[in-house]
Amino acid sequence: MKKVLSSVLAASMVLSLAACGSTATTSESSSASTEATSSTAATGESAGSGSYTGTPIKIGGIGPITGAAAVYGNAVKNAEELAIKEINAANGSDVFEWQFEDDENDAEKSVNAYNTLKDWGMQILAGPVTTTPSVAVAAETVNDNLFMLTPSASSLSVILNDGNDESTARGNVFQICFTDPNQGVASADYIADNGLPTKIGVIYDSSDAYSSGIYEKFKAEAEVKGLEIVAAEAFTADNKADLSTQLAKCQEAGAELVFLPIYYQEASQILIAADKIGYEPEFFGCDGMDGILAIEGFDTSLAEGLMLLTPFAADAQDEKTQAFVAAYEAAYGETPNQFAADAYDVIYSIYQAILAGGINGDMDASEISDALKTQFTSMTFDGLTGTGMTWDATGAISKNPKAVVIKDGAYAAM
Amino acid sequence: MNLKTMKRSTKSNLITFGIVIAFYIIVQLLSAADLLSNSFSGQLVPICAYVILAISLNLTVGILGELSLGHAGFMSVGAFSGTLVWVSISSTTPKPLALLLAFVVGGLVAGAFGFLVGVPVLRLSGDYLAIVTLAFGEIVKNVMNACYLGVDANGLHFSLKDASSLNMEDGKLLINGAQGITGITKASTFTIGIVLVIITLLVILNLVNSRAGRAITSIRDNEIAARSVGVPITKYKLMAFVTSAVFAGIAGVLYSLNYSSLVAKKFDYNTSILILVFVVLGGIGNLRGSVIAAAVLTVLPEMLRSMNDYRMLIYAIVLIVVMIFNQSPQMITLRNKLTARFRNKNGAEKAKQKKGVA
Repeated sequence: MKKVLSSVLAASMVLSLAACGSTATTSESSSASTEATSSTAATGESAGSGSYTGTPIKIGGIGPITGAAAVYGNAVKNAEELAIKEINAANGSDVFEWQFEDDENDAEKSVNAYNTLKDWGMQILAGPVTTTPSVAVAAETVNDNLFMLTPSASSLSVILNDGNDESTARGNVFQICFTDPNQGVASADYIADNGLPTKIGVIYDSSDAYSSGIYEKFKAEAEVKGLEIVAAEAFTADNKADLSTQLAKCQEAGAELVFLPIYYQEASQILIAADKIGYEPEFFGCDGMDGILAIEGFDTSLAEGLMLLTPFAADAQDEKTQAFVAAYEAAYGETPNQFAADAYDVIYSIYQAILAGGINGDMDASEISDALKTQFTSMTFDGLTGTGMTWDATGAISKNPKAVVIKDGAYAAM
Repeated sequence: MNLKTMKRSTKSNLITFGIVIAFYIIVQLLSAADLLSNSFSGQLVPICAYVILAISLNLTVGILGELSLGHAGFMSVGAFSGTLVWVSISSTTPKPLALLLAFVVGGLVAGAFGFLVGVPVLRLSGDYLAIVTLAFGEIVKNVMNACYLGVDANGLHFSLKDASSLNMEDGKLLINGAQGITGITKASTFTIGIVLVIITLLVILNLVNSRAGRAITSIRDNEIAARSVGVPITKYKLMAFVTSAVFAGIAGVLYSLNYSSLVAKKFDYNTSILILVFVVLGGIGNLRGSVIAAAVLTVLPEMLRSMNDYRMLIYAIVLIVVMIFNQSPQMITLRNKLTARFRNKNGAEKAKQKKGVA
C-alpha cells in the first residue's frame, strides 16, 4: 500500500518537474530585457514626451507564465513590459509602475494573484490572459470597481455576468480582442461572402472555451448564410496526439473547406495529416492560428493557401507592426504573436485614455475606473491589431477583422 | 469533566477542535483590526475546502487503508450538482435555505457516486480502488467538459455534443460544456467554511473512534484477521469510502461557490494528487496533521510568490524536508532525543506532585 502510494507520488512529482522544465526556459528570457528601452516610442501613439507628470499609476498584469498555457502568458508579459518601458522612456518620467503575477491558467490562482496585486496597490488591471481565470477575476473587479482590460480573454462571459444576456454587462471590464461570437460570425460571413466552398467540415477543441465558443457561433451563422456543415469533429486537450481520424471524417463527408477554430500547434498537426492522406481542401482559421509559420521543424509549404482571420500578422508591412516586431525580437529573441500584439495595444490604449481623461496616480482605483470607462466608451484607438477601434458600453470591442492568406511562406492580405 | 480521567482520544480531538476554533478567532480578530492582507483573506475559503478534502481523503487512505486517486472527481460532481441547485433556486428561496440545500445535494450526489464506485471495487482487496478512482476522476472531468445543460419553458435540455443541439427556445444555459457554469453569485464565506470543517471533523472523528471505526482500522491492519472474527468487510469499507466521498462533494460546493465560474478542468488528476500530498504530509491516519498540512500547503505557494520562478523549486524542497522530518527513522530518534529532556522534566514534576498529594 505504502509502496504503491510512494511510487504514484514520485511519478507525479517527476511529471510536474518535467512540466516545469519546459516552461522555465521561456520565462528566463524576460530577465534579459533591460535593453528594450533602447527602441523607444518608434511605435504606438505619438504622445509627446513629458506629457504625463503625475504620480506613476500602478498597472497589474496576470497570466500563465508557467504550465501548459505559458506561451500566451509570457507573450503578454513581455509585450506589456516592452510597452511600459517605451512609454516611461518617451515620457521622461515614469507614467506606469507595473507588476505581473503568474496564475498557471487556473481560476483559483488567478484570484489569488489579483488579491496579491491589490495588496501591492494596483489601480488598473491589464489581464488576465486566458478565459477561465478572466471570468473569475472579472467578478472580483466588479466588487472593487477596478478597471480591467483583458488582452486575449475572448469569451462573452468575461464582460457579461450572464454570458448570453447583453443587459448584464459588468461595466468595468473591457476586451481588446474579438469576442468569440464575433470571430465565429465574421468567419462564416467571410466564407459565405467571398465565394469560398460551402461544404464545410469543422475540427475544434471541445474542452477549450475559446474553440468551442467560436464553433457555436460559427455554426449558428453558417445556417443563416446557407453554408452546409457536413462534419463537425471535436477533440479534447487530453486526446489530441493524433487528429487524423477527425480529418478523415471530414474527407469522407466531402468537406471542401475545413474550418479550424483552434490554436496553431494542433492546426499544424492537421495540415501534416492532410498532406499524408492527400486531402486538399481549403483551410480556414481564426486568430489562434497566428504563429503557425514560426513552429520549429514545420514544413511551411504545407500551410500554403491557408486562410486566417486575424487582427495581427507579425510580417505585416505597416510601420507600426514592423517597429513593434523589431523591438520585441531585440528584447526577447522571438517573434511576437497575436497575444503580444493584443497586450501591447492594451497598455497603449490605457495610456491614451489616461492622457485624454486627465487621470493620474493620486486618484484611487475606483475613480480611475470611472474615468477610464468614460474614455473607453467614447474614444477611438489605433493600434497594432486594428485601426479605429471603439468599445461599446458592455466592454466589447469593434474592429475590422483582417483576412490573410499564406502565400510563399508569408502572410499576404486577401 | 476532569482532564486526567478523560480518554486519550477525546483529549486529542479537543485539541484538534481547539486549533480550528483558535484559527477562526485569530482571523476574525485580525480582520476586525484590518490587519489581514487581501491575498490572505482571499484564500480563507479555499483553505477550508482543502482542509475538508484532506480530512475526508485521510479517512479513505489513512483509516481504511485504501488508496484513492480520484478525490477531485467526487469534488467535481459535488461542486456541479450543488452549484446547479444554488444557481437555480438562489433567487427564489431564502439564501440560507438555498445554501443548505446546495451543500446537502452536493454531498448526496457525491456520496451516491462514491457508492456506485465502491460497490464493485471494495469487494476486492488490493490496489483496485486506486485504479478505478483514477479512471473515475478522468471520466468525470471529460464528461463534464462535454456536458451541455439548459432550461427553458419546456423543461430541461441535455446534450453531450454542443449548445446548439439543445434546441432551446430562449432558455437559460446552465452548463456550457468546457466553459462550465458562469455567473455564479458568490456565497461561500469563511464562517460557513469553518462550520463545515467542524462538522466534518465531528463526523469523521466520531466515526473513527466508534465501534465502526475500530472495525475499519482492523480491516486496514489485517483484512484476513478481521474477516475471521466476523467483521463484514465490504460494509465497513463502503461506509468509510462513501463518507469520504460525501465530504469531498461538500467541499466541492464550498469551493465552487467561492468563485463566479466553475469549470470541470479544475478537478483533474493534479488536484487529486494535491489532496493526497496534504494527507501524506500531514501524516497518514493523522486527521489533525491533515488539517494543518492542508492549510499550510495552500498558503505556502502564495507566500512564495515573490520568489517568481524559484517558488516551485522551493515548494518541492519544503515538501521533501517535511517528509524527511516526519517520517525518517533517524529524524524521529533525533527528535525524541531533543525533546527527551523536556519530557523528563515534565515527568519528574508530575511525580513530585503525586508525592506531594500522597
